Amino acid sequence: MKNLFSLSFFLLVFANLYSQEKVIGKVVFEDLGVSYPIGGSSIYWQGTQSGTISNDNGEFEIQKIESTNNLVISYIGFKTQIILIEKDKFYNVVLVYDDENELDDVTVTKRRNAVQRSYILPQNVVKISEQELLNAACCNLSESFETNPSIDVNHSDAVTGTKQIEMLGLKSPYILITEENVPMVRGASQTFGLGFTPGTWIESIQVTKGMGSVINGYESIVGQINTELKKPLTDIPLYINMFNSADGRYELNTQVKSIISQKINTSFFAHYNKRDQINDKNKDNFIDKPIQNQINLLNRWQYTNAEKGIVSFFNFRILDDLKKIGEKSSLTDDSKWGGRIKTKRFDTSFKLGYVNPNTPYQTVGFQLAFNVHDQNSVYGNSIYNIKQESLFLNLLYNTIISNTKNKIKIGLNYSYDQYDELVFIYDIFRSDKSLGSFFEYSYDNLNNLNFVLGLRYDTHNNMGSFFTPRMHFRYNINDNLSLKGAYGQGRKLANIFSENQIIFLTNRSIENKFLSEKLYGLNPEKASNYGFSLDQKFNLFGGQGNLIFDYYSTRFSNKVIVDYENFRKIDFYNSDYGKSKSNSSQFEVLFSKNNWNITAAYKMYDVENFYKDGLKEKPLQPKNIIFFNYGVESNRVGEKFWKFNFTYNRLGKQRLMKNPRDNNLYTQPHFSINSQITRIFSSKFEVYLGGENLNNYKQKDPIIMASNPFSSDFDASIIHGPIFGSMYYAGLRFKILN
Amino acid sequence: MKKIIFLLLLLPFFAFGQSKGKSVKESFLVDGNCNMCKNRIETATLKLNGVKYVNWDSKSSNFSIIYNSKKVTIDEIRTRIAEVGHDNGKYKASLETYDELPNCCRYRHTGKH
Repeated sequence: MKNLFSLSFFLLVFANLYSQEKVIGKVVFEDLGVSYPIGGSSIYWQGTQSGTISNDNGEFEIQKIESTNNLVISYIGFKTQIILIEKDKFYNVVLVYDDENELDDVTVTKRRNAVQRSYILPQNVVKISEQELLNAACCNLSESFETNPSIDVNHSDAVTGTKQIEMLGLKSPYILITEENVPMVRGASQTFGLGFTPGTWIESIQVTKGMGSVINGYESIVGQINTELKKPLTDIPLYINMFNSADGRYELNTQVKSIISQKINTSFFAHYNKRDQINDKNKDNFIDKPIQNQINLLNRWQYTNAEKGIVSFFNFRILDDLKKIGEKSSLTDDSKWGGRIKTKRFDTSFKLGYVNPNTPYQTVGFQLAFNVHDQNSVYGNSIYNIKQESLFLNLLYNTIISNTKNKIKIGLNYSYDQYDELVFIYDIFRSDKSLGSFFEYSYDNLNNLNFVLGLRYDTHNNMGSFFTPRMHFRYNINDNLSLKGAYGQGRKLANIFSENQIIFLTNRSIENKFLSEKLYGLNPEKASNYGFSLDQKFNLFGGQGNLIFDYYSTRFSNKVIVDYENFRKIDFYNSDYGKSKSNSSQFEVLFSKNNWNITAAYKMYDVENFYKDGLKEKPLQPKNIIFFNYGVESNRVGEKFWKFNFTYNRLGKQRLMKNPRDNNLYTQPHFSINSQITRIFSSKFEVYLGGENLNNYKQKDPIIMASNPFSSDFDASIIHGPIFGSMYYAGLRFKILN
Repeated sequence: MKKIIFLLLLLPFFAFGQSKGKSVKESFLVDGNCNMCKNRIETATLKLNGVKYVNWDSKSSNFSIIYNSKKVTIDEIRTRIAEVGHDNGKYKASLETYDELPNCCRYRHTGKH
């Protein structure tokens, strides 16, 4: 069969040199004496970005350039040809059908479009592939979004080195973060959890802006981030990554796969990281990035039986993480302000998917996950311990009504969470149980419209019983312009201490009622979110691009306000006037041509909290952000090539809460530049070198009263920019392919 | 009241668990090349009344279909595939229809059968 594909086609390029400046030609393939024009083939000078595409008649015109005579002609499904352009010569090039590069989605979206937007799904989903993750500096999930404009990454405080993510102007507790659709960074793991998934374990990340599906629960409010880990069946036999950065961090990631039988595969993932170097670039006597080490081990088993339509996974994972923070001298002197955050975590999960081989539209999915997250921490004189035990069960049934244009998903889920906290000297215990059922209908007219209507009903021991509606639609106005819209509701219980551990990096006073009353004396948070996005595809200068505009609005009918407005005091209260809101709009341009691509985005945020004394802008929230990313790959010489990536990120002014350090109401805008270069020696081996914050921007005096951290003015929470300055790193990747 | 609503939400489990009508599964070869072909073949057949599920695999050219034999016949399905430009067995696409296919879909020229 394959041999039949390799029948040759004749690509005739009638290239004439007009006044030695332009090359004019025609791209065709010939069959039985008839020539068929190939429109849309790309023609460019080798090693340059100078190119064009052929028109519907296969004709093209391209300016002659000085640097090369090699003209590259490529078209999906055909092998790329390079022809030498000489004077007064007739070019006759034979192209063969490319059977290694089948005409499938991968070819159409082009290899280097590592970020893929979905045109088919009604949700506003961006998929970040493993390729794109390689462009981020390092190393874990919290550091994976720096080359992607949908998510904002900021430092949470001046002491723990933790990165915090935001979407649509709201922090990670309002984002549902799942791993293979099981809630992952949640409750106790809210502050540090993103650092517990090594980047090299990740196969892809799906970022959903706006409401997610009802299937994944009622908790997502501004969006969902789902991580898919590498699967034993498709995994490569061996992967090794080593990393070292100038701040003294070492990482080792390894992955070994073994094939037990035709149906059973297993992968073993190991991660180790360590930083023992004491960094204090800003000379405030506080360690800038924690002394840390982490051991993270995962074993995955996959059973695949294609004839019976069964796929099953079993995962087992343990984590041990230690961070030491505080004054440099605290490492040896107990009387100094010091701290340690010790986390042990255990995860196990089981997943079973069944597709009825006779009726492939009927599928059943079952998920069971259990985890224990145990954090013991000391922050100066404060103790904060939290232990969470969670059980998650999900049963999902997919079927159709009359045909696959109408799909139905129905299911049940049960979740149990037990929290045991020790805050200062107070014990807080809580258990959450919820049982929910959901129903989702999706319609696709197979042409330009599809929509999803979802509803779930949950009964929760602490939140009562409630419905959660969600809906999404996609309408293609024409072949190049699509409109997506979404509406939905979400709720969550606030875990005020685990979500806001930076309060322990201050000496602000906390009222006792939060430590004694049930649910911290607070009602569940509730919000609705709607939004739309417009996506226009375009062709320009021989490349393809997208022009995207989106607008999302989140309105809280009840929000738990974390009030830092009064210095020396922290307050939590319900703001149930329906006035707390977050509006965000984003313009984004994506453009890719030949071997390079750019992403440029402008984001505007209007986020307001309704405080006790009225409506105020959310503090430390940039009102606008400019994002720019450029990526390029060099031509391949054999298997060797270079990859280069550049990111510019500018944060606009941010409102400051009242404090003795800052006299101004707003911060000054600032920017940071990240860049990375990778040398690929072969498909097995590559080396990379990069830098973060190359322009070396540093927030001045990040810690208030660093000189006297036991005084009531001490506060390391008011952070609006990087504290570390520039940071360089290098690493290597070694793979054994199948 | 709330218990009733909860049960109502569970109802689809039972309702859709039962399949109604006579479902027939068949598979045969349909000529084509690429994902555009896949989309054309699948969309055209899925729009026929009585067709529940279709899948065309570009690698093997294998087309599989599940349909309600009381509402649609295999003859109608095969005719419809030929009408949109794809040969399948003795059902051939007309020259006019074939000529309107985009370049990448011209399976007669690629020699893929």
